[in-house]
Amino acid sequence: MNEKPLISTQTLCYHYNIEVSFVTALNTMGLIQIQIIAEKEFIHQDQISDLEKIIRLHNELNMNLEGIDVVFNLLKKERALRKELNALKNRLRLYENN
Amino acid sequence: MAFVDYYKILGISKTATGKNIKTAYRKLARKFHPDLNPDNKESERKFKEINEANEVLSDPESRKKYDTYGKEWKQGEAHEKARKQQQQQSGQQDFSNEEYSDFFGSMFGGGRSSYSKSRSPKFKGQDYHTELQLNLKDVYTTQQQVLTINGKKIRLKIPAGVENGQVIKIKEKGAAGINGGPHGDLYIKFTIDNHSRFKREGKHLYLNIDLELYTAVLGGEITVATFNGKVKLHIKPETKNESKVKLTGKGFPVYKKEGEFGDLYITYHIKIPTDLTEQEIKLFKELQKINKK
Repeated sequence: MNEKPLISTQTLCYHYNIEVSFVTALNTMGLIQIQIIAEKEFIHQDQISDLEKIIRLHNELNMNLEGIDVVFNLLKKERALRKELNALKNRLRLYENN
Repeated sequence: MAFVDYYKILGISKTATGKNIKTAYRKLARKFHPDLNPDNKESERKFKEINEANEVLSDPESRKKYDTYGKEWKQGEAHEKARKQQQQQSGQQDFSNEEYSDFFGSMFGGGRSSYSKSRSPKFKGQDYHTELQLNLKDVYTTQQQVLTINGKKIRLKIPAGVENGQVIKIKEKGAAGINGGPHGDLYIKFTIDNHSRFKREGKHLYLNIDLELYTAVLGGEITVATFNGKVKLHIKPETKNESKVKLTGKGFPVYKKEGEFGDLYITYHIKIPTDLTEQEIKLFKELQKINKK
């Protein structure tokens, strides 16, 4: 069975001490995706680490949501480049071992 | 503990105002924040330094003490403490030295000052980084391992198919947070040693097999040992040197996709017979003659 572990935005707001409007704004910006089931809003648990990161960047560095969006996009690019670099290193090792 | 120049860390002068300190701190925090520099130990160290500097300098009282003692702050504190203890014993003044020990505990990176709890923001604890070396054969199946990180035992499930150089994150298994912030994370980098006959590229495996000339010419059957048992291969007659066959699903498991495997690519290398007997040479010559006709 394909389980979908979802956490209600209300629970998250309580736990992280954030406003519901903040979560709504993140959803509008496309930084997180809210799912609505039976008129209740939920976030998939896979997005929690991103949400935590957003809260830290917002609270600790006073970053606005546009800035966080830019940072996320750049980090995504950096991750892809690092992955590619790693794959290339592995390939190189493959030929060096030959 | 060596003297730490908090002004130098924040890149400000000793006459800097509270606003200057805040600006310098924010600028450096944006540069070295762990979330903006994943897997960067140097940034993490710098971030801790600037936090510590900010914690002391942004509080006027802490800053005053730091400015007073300068390089000798450690001795100065001991002297001050002794003096205050003396005063306390003689009943001249009734006060607690809790604040002092907290302040210097904070200098040592140990405790937290009573005011920092309420004034300083919460920060996530330091992330830990470690490396784990495994054999290719080990990561063909899901592994259970127990790691000891800073004296704490951590049970770890390593999913099959983990890649060489891959880093996995274990949430909140790093150092404790600052000012009650969340724990840092634990990052484990895998180094996969390959002592097998196989070469691995992602989910696919590559294997070179020496094939007897006679089997290549006449065809036959060979047995190949793979990671999950032996496989019988039918060799077609007149198989060419360096010809390849693909064994679907006989490659490496795909990371975190149970039951999904890559393919195994086999390249045949035809072995030319050596140390031929007289009879063999005679037969080869006969073959040569037939071929010329």
